[in-house]
Amino acid sequence: MTTRIFGSGIKRREDPRLITGEARYTDDIKLPGVLHMAVVRSPYAHANIVSIDSSAAEAMDGVVAVYTSDDIGDGLAGLPTAWLIPDSDLKTPEHPALAKGKVRYVGDGVAIVLADDRYRAQDAADAVVVDYEELPAVIDPEEAAGEGAPLIHDDVEGNIAFRWVMGDREASDAVFDAADVVVSERILQQRLLPTAMEPRAAMAQYNPATQELTLWCTSQNPHIHRFIISAVTGLNENKVRVIAPEVGGGFGSKIPCYPDEALVSWASIKLGVPVKWTETRSENYLITIHGRDHVQHVEMAASNDGTLLGVRATVYAGMGGYLSTAAPGIPTILHGLLYVGPYTMGSVFCESIGVMTNGTPTDAYRGAGRPEATFLLERMVDNVARKIGMDPVEVRRKNLIPAFEDGYEVATTLIYDSGDYPAAFEKALDMAGYGDFRRQQKSAEADGRYLGIGVTAYTEMCGLGPSQVAGAVGFQGGLWESATVRVTPTGKVQALIGASPHGQGSETTLAQIIAEELGFPVDDIEVIHGDTTETPMGWGTYGSRTTPVTGAALAQASRKLKDKARVLAAHLMEANVDDIEYADGSFSVKGSPDQAQSIQEVALMAHLAWNMPEGMDPGFEESQFYDPPNFVYPFGTHIAIVEVDAETGVIDLQRYIAVDDCGPQINPEIVAGQIHGGVVQGAAQALCEGAIYSDDGQLLTGSMMDYCMPKADMFPNFELGETVTPSPHHPVGVKGVGETGTIASTPTVYNAVLDALAPLGVTQIDMPLTSAKVWSAIQSARA
Amino acid sequence: MWPNKFDYVRAGSVDEALSSITDDGKFLAGGHSLLPVMKLRLDAPEQLVDIGRIPELQGISANGGLTIGAGATHDAIATSADVQAMCGALASACGQVGDQGVRNFGTLGGNIAHADPASDPPTVLVAVGASVNIQGAGGSRSVGAGDFFVDLFETALDDGELITSVSVPDLSDHQSAYVKFPHPASRYAIVGVCVALKMNDDGSCDHAHVAVGGATVKAVRCSSAEAALAGTTVDDAAVNAAAEAVKSDISEWLAGDIAYPESYRQQMAGVFLKRAVAVAQG
Amino acid sequence: MQVAITVNGVVHERDVDPRTLLVHFLREELDLTGTKIGCDTSQCGACTVHLDGKVLKSCTLLAVQADGAEVTTIEGLAENGEHHPMQTAFWENHGLQCGYCTPGMIMASAAFVRDNPGASEGEIRHYLEGNICRCTGYHNIVKAVKQVADAAAGA
Repeated sequence: MTTRIFGSGIKRREDPRLITGEARYTDDIKLPGVLHMAVVRSPYAHANIVSIDSSAAEAMDGVVAVYTSDDIGDGLAGLPTAWLIPDSDLKTPEHPALAKGKVRYVGDGVAIVLADDRYRAQDAADAVVVDYEELPAVIDPEEAAGEGAPLIHDDVEGNIAFRWVMGDREASDAVFDAADVVVSERILQQRLLPTAMEPRAAMAQYNPATQELTLWCTSQNPHIHRFIISAVTGLNENKVRVIAPEVGGGFGSKIPCYPDEALVSWASIKLGVPVKWTETRSENYLITIHGRDHVQHVEMAASNDGTLLGVRATVYAGMGGYLSTAAPGIPTILHGLLYVGPYTMGSVFCESIGVMTNGTPTDAYRGAGRPEATFLLERMVDNVARKIGMDPVEVRRKNLIPAFEDGYEVATTLIYDSGDYPAAFEKALDMAGYGDFRRQQKSAEADGRYLGIGVTAYTEMCGLGPSQVAGAVGFQGGLWESATVRVTPTGKVQALIGASPHGQGSETTLAQIIAEELGFPVDDIEVIHGDTTETPMGWGTYGSRTTPVTGAALAQASRKLKDKARVLAAHLMEANVDDIEYADGSFSVKGSPDQAQSIQEVALMAHLAWNMPEGMDPGFEESQFYDPPNFVYPFGTHIAIVEVDAETGVIDLQRYIAVDDCGPQINPEIVAGQIHGGVVQGAAQALCEGAIYSDDGQLLTGSMMDYCMPKADMFPNFELGETVTPSPHHPVGVKGVGETGTIASTPTVYNAVLDALAPLGVTQIDMPLTSAKVWSAIQSARA
Repeated sequence: MWPNKFDYVRAGSVDEALSSITDDGKFLAGGHSLLPVMKLRLDAPEQLVDIGRIPELQGISANGGLTIGAGATHDAIATSADVQAMCGALASACGQVGDQGVRNFGTLGGNIAHADPASDPPTVLVAVGASVNIQGAGGSRSVGAGDFFVDLFETALDDGELITSVSVPDLSDHQSAYVKFPHPASRYAIVGVCVALKMNDDGSCDHAHVAVGGATVKAVRCSSAEAALAGTTVDDAAVNAAAEAVKSDISEWLAGDIAYPESYRQQMAGVFLKRAVAVAQG
Repeated sequence: MQVAITVNGVVHERDVDPRTLLVHFLREELDLTGTKIGCDTSQCGACTVHLDGKVLKSCTLLAVQADGAEVTTIEGLAENGEHHPMQTAFWENHGLQCGYCTPGMIMASAAFVRDNPGASEGEIRHYLEGNICRCTGYHNIVKAVKQVADAAAGA
């Protein structure tokens, strides 16, 4: 028996093209005769458009056309919101591709310029004169929902786009009224800028003769883009081909369909030539969705012995100037349903209010709603521990759900699939040396040094998800995936998938699943994705769903092929099917080991079809649609150890321990990479990232000069551990791991810092924990 | 982003550069201060005169002091044995500008002409009393670094004038250091402090040079902090006094941003003065 | 303006608008699209190339400034069809995910290790402040660079 391919940390098949610069991302693709689009963008957060004068721009060298919303007319429908939360009085204000009469955030598109080169297109965009009548703006979601706030959309009264309630308010009140202890905190989940390293880009090519539109774009879900582009342009969906070529990270920001993709499509249809647009980073920070932006009023009830009784929160979630594609689902379904985390807590209540503001639209950003839930939960557990004078580790240990293998229903109505939270928890504490650390911390304090530890136990729902659930919660799509495993006559495999990975290494992991199931060498398997014409329907790569959902579809398609191969092999060897044994890609007859047919030989014979069993169709290809019966629930415990320099407020993250359980790991190196990256992304929310607006709605962190991207020297090497608890409902038992690091690490690092500052009397600091804020908090506590 | 359109002239000599520059023109050396601003279209000169290849502007020479050509790169200065010997703080500061890519091509002349208050070299130049050698159509002149930096992004350069070199005194008998508290996003200085101490044989401090940047609209020489150190043995009491003094020295020049406000930077100037003294004393 | 720039060993003569950034010259004129653009402010390092052997952020230099110079891009790093050791190390250590920062990361790291064989983990992390990655959390990038640095010191 050779080394199992499933579970092996093999090198990624994606990498040869990436380490040599040969990969082609959207902006790398060139078409002859292409026009470059630049967008004239509002410099105001909220203003009426009085007039637009494009005459000077139109006269400039190389400029072909300048268009405004008047020119587009009904040539493009408004961009849809595709998550319509039921029972929430949802309003979906119109989102035109170019502003009609009014702009609602800095960066809102006002006009487009088409020119023969990108420098000249930008020159001309700068020369378009727009006269604005500035209006008062509002950025803070709680303020925007208050009395007297400027009204952003006439048809969204009070700026409240939806009000979603989870749980029974009276039952929650009863629990809180009777509790020994109630702790509360106002938590700011600051706005974050997703910052995929590849900015967004789109290039459209319309063929007037065939009426076909091809759109290359930076998408996590080309089939959803096709669906929406078809809807907004009026082209039949089968005449729209969307290609997501190499995509340089997404983190949720490449899920939505934005005005820019619609505009290049419209312009290409209008002019009959290819049209390309590539975002600059400055534009990216203004117009590509932001994440988080919650103001949360949170309370937790507990007994004096540390038993957690309930959590409740009122959340004001900033939606920005328009409701982005999936925006309403993020602070509601993907947020509130996580409110019990890994604990036995019996009472939950959430009221989430989606508020229009004059900020950039928000939408799913890595973790999407679940980090915001995990943070509030873990923050409040630490607050309970402090209030009752108990070690926060003891409080967690006392309340963890005991191990379960097949289904555990929690107060939010979710049924967790499987888990052994105590095992991961104890393993992480062992790795960290928790007891020793507490002793070191004491002796350091005596020397005037401030060390802290943060411990987070988490679980999360991912692998989105059953389509029935999607429908029930208003998601305007399915959440299944499909895949085809196609074997060529010479025994090489093409796996076609509807999902669209963009950095996760799925070409490798998914090939490992097929190799495991069918015995083909992994190097003989190609995973093809990202082109709506070449690949079967799929709903996209997000929500840690590609390995759980697409992986299941591929495993099942492979098993169908294996069943066919077994029957054909038996037929070819003139044996009884029941006597066929399979090992490592070879079918043999029980008791006659000399007689064997390799999977490749069987594939060839299936293609030749010279000698098929009665009723068997020729060919060697199977497809599978897979709709998961439930979410998957990875879990684990993360621990951070920090030292705070009280003189400057600077935080030194010294150790980071992560024990995660995502079921059996197909490729442990890829799993580790997802955790490393996720941890840094979440830790950076605690430590340094945060979009800041001025009162009049100008983004003050408009470049990497001010928006603090995490850098290599801010982190230690990570210490990873694992436990393995298979998902009972998944064909190969796996759970998603793309977001766990981000979900767990923010509260872990935050709580570690607050633990370090506890002797100084500091109890709360808004994120991010910049040295200036930490230092000020220390001064205030000392005063 | 990308720059506006401009006319481009490549000058072969200082004279050619001076005769080529127009009213709306700028000199382009390494471009590592100017081009980022032009790419964001915050500045749009109509003409660039490229001085990057002028032989007279290159090189670092040591002769009783340092003469550093305006075209010397940060990396060349940081790694120069002469600079390390005569003004270690300047080598250190130039070694902390941006990252290696920036240091390889960004020049000292371009840096100080840009006069970013959070950049590192100006703080050292002001502390040690360097002078900036300038040539214009009307001839040449020399301006003390303390007078050269006037305000935020503002220098004593007149239109059409070109920095040719910077003269730095020989401080090889001083203990010097430049210590920086980098902004985590930009890596420019939240505060940068330069200290150079001339110690007597009896362990007392003959005199001290102190300047602060980053926290201020321009690099500021801190005379009361210098006075607090001079004549002492640079013990804790003296250093603490200097740390207090430095905060008042910079009080009228404070600058900050949304994340790191003036008040914080002012306090950090005191903290980093202490750290700079400790580094200088090795 | 006429320029002659040697890129990956081949001289390219072109007439360019003086405002053309070197990175656009490489990407648009020469179709060497391995060099990426990730920010506007010379910070992310996705556009890192070597100019006359030195690390350069090619978004911060005009093509006319590079006239007469020798540029190496990610496409020219491999020799005789063999990956450069830094490319191999990134592949072996899973030092990349989406790959967008990777060409710049590899170019910067290759020059760093050439000049600093045996560099420590701390030195590597500090050096990489000029190259930003959103995917990997840097862990495996540092591991890859350290592997090459250790090998270089041992040689």
